[in-house]
Amino acid sequence: MKKDLKKLALELKQMIIEAAHDAGNQGVHIGGALSMTDIMAVLYGELMNYDIQNPSDKNRDRLVLSKGHDALGLYVALCASGFFSKEELKSNYLQDEGFLPTHPVKNIEKGIECSTGSLGQGLAYGIGLAIAAKKQGRKSRVFVVMGDGECDEGSCWEGFTSAVHYGLDNLLLYIDLNGLQSDGATSEIMPIRIAAALDAIGWNVMEADGHDVDDLLSKSKKAMQESGRPSVIIAKTVKGKGVSFMENDNSWHHGHMNETQYEQAKKELAEGGHDGNQ
Amino acid sequence: MEINRVNVRTWSMLGERRTFGLALDSYAEEMDRLFVMSGDLLSSSGLDRFVRNYPEKFLSAGIEEQNMVGIASGMAADGYKVFVSSFSPFITGRAYDQIRMHLGYMHHDVKLVGLAAGIGVGIQGNSHYGLDDVALMRAIPGMMIVSPSDGAEVVKAVKALYDYDGPAYLRLVGEQGCPIVNKEDYGFQLGKAITLRDGEDVTIFSAGTMVYQSLQAAKLLEEANISVKVVNMHTIKPIDVEAIRASYGSKLLVAIEEGSVVGGLGSAVAETVAMDEEAPRLMIMGVPDCFPKAASYKHMLDALGLDAAHIAEKIKQSVLK
Repeated sequence: MKKDLKKLALELKQMIIEAAHDAGNQGVHIGGALSMTDIMAVLYGELMNYDIQNPSDKNRDRLVLSKGHDALGLYVALCASGFFSKEELKSNYLQDEGFLPTHPVKNIEKGIECSTGSLGQGLAYGIGLAIAAKKQGRKSRVFVVMGDGECDEGSCWEGFTSAVHYGLDNLLLYIDLNGLQSDGATSEIMPIRIAAALDAIGWNVMEADGHDVDDLLSKSKKAMQESGRPSVIIAKTVKGKGVSFMENDNSWHHGHMNETQYEQAKKELAEGGHDGNQ
Repeated sequence: MEINRVNVRTWSMLGERRTFGLALDSYAEEMDRLFVMSGDLLSSSGLDRFVRNYPEKFLSAGIEEQNMVGIASGMAADGYKVFVSSFSPFITGRAYDQIRMHLGYMHHDVKLVGLAAGIGVGIQGNSHYGLDDVALMRAIPGMMIVSPSDGAEVVKAVKALYDYDGPAYLRLVGEQGCPIVNKEDYGFQLGKAITLRDGEDVTIFSAGTMVYQSLQAAKLLEEANISVKVVNMHTIKPIDVEAIRASYGSKLLVAIEEGSVVGGLGSAVAETVAMDEEAPRLMIMGVPDCFPKAASYKHMLDALGLDAAHIAEKIKQSVLK
């Protein structure tokens, strides 16, 4: 049965708010986790081939979260997909020596493909996975999720050129274009015309509404038909998506909610989530 | 690859890095999980013949060392054993953070191959010298570091490192026409130092090109009635602690490396010696904490006091004091 992706995306947002609240006074990268939930819903709810009974299956699809600081967005997707329970999420997320610290630690049994957090390293890793899949004749696909701020890193550009040169049509990159990075707007910190640049390098470039699961799904499926070159979906998103006071407010890049804010976020999401635009 | 008179002379002429490429070409057939990448330095790594014979096992990474290490890590995650090569400062320094995350944190089975480490590129200068490479790699938990003493040991190390499951740094030193240390076949085991010469008064621990210089220095010291043991510390990490402790009967311990004295082999030996009450004094020789003036290789060895004559003299002064 086809999953209701919109419902799943909303559920992931609610789980993010709950997990952030459970973490107490600790700071959480809530904004960037919320901006990527619709992408995660489309990947884990529909596109990706994985088996929670056999998480190390060689033929599984791989997801590499390059923007590792937003790991909570991955953790809730893995939890919702059955890699671990909600109780495990609660007892491990940001808990001393738990398996879910702020930045992800490779743990195939729990669905975490790569240790990330040092920005600009996920794409190269994904390229390696994609080359291995091709050489071994596996149908595994590799999905990499990057942030737009992350694209400042020079190592990303090494990945951009080589993925095209190696013709990796089994690689699909998502850039979560929420327009904000730690110190402010990407347009002010380090503006990059990413779509034009990737097109010039030779990527199959598609732009999508990063909060429209149908748009993300149809474009992803189209991208997966592309032959001979990698595809990128530049997903226009809103940092803090779904919670009115978090949307486009960069103090939620890394922050924690007081009880009033938590109650309001919970209420807004229970009503379907705030629908602000970038 | 048989260690015989003809081969060791050929490997000596080729130098360590070209012998590396030759070894991979010879072993590739039996290494079914092997994959090799180079940062636009295929020929400098002696890989021409390997690439002609096994194009499916090779990928040029362009001049993208960080990307190369990340790709190698991804391939290692799915069963490949990947050797990646570049000049030593670029493979260890340029890609350091990738090495820390992928080979360190995730302990992925990637072998870094550092070409012309130390002062092997002579007049090319400090941009290409690998002086801090050992310090950098030693700081990463779980990283193995191997520095072969000559061509035969490069051949041994390549085979052993392929068989070893884990990340490693293969430090290739010296020029073409490097001196021969190992003339006959011998037992080589990662992590196990080799005593090449016995002696009572002094023990020298050295690696790479410094093994030959140490042996020569020991001969010179013999003439001055100073008896010297020479230990080939081909594996710098994990260091052979037993071999160090077995030398505590000596009056003086000496660690010699073609690299910075900050954080290198000498530091590794010191980390054991400093903890042991019964340990004798340790003297560390290597490139001092500076960017030395570029010069030809032989000139550098002389200027830095890393040739046999200087080594012998320094030890003599210290013992006679």
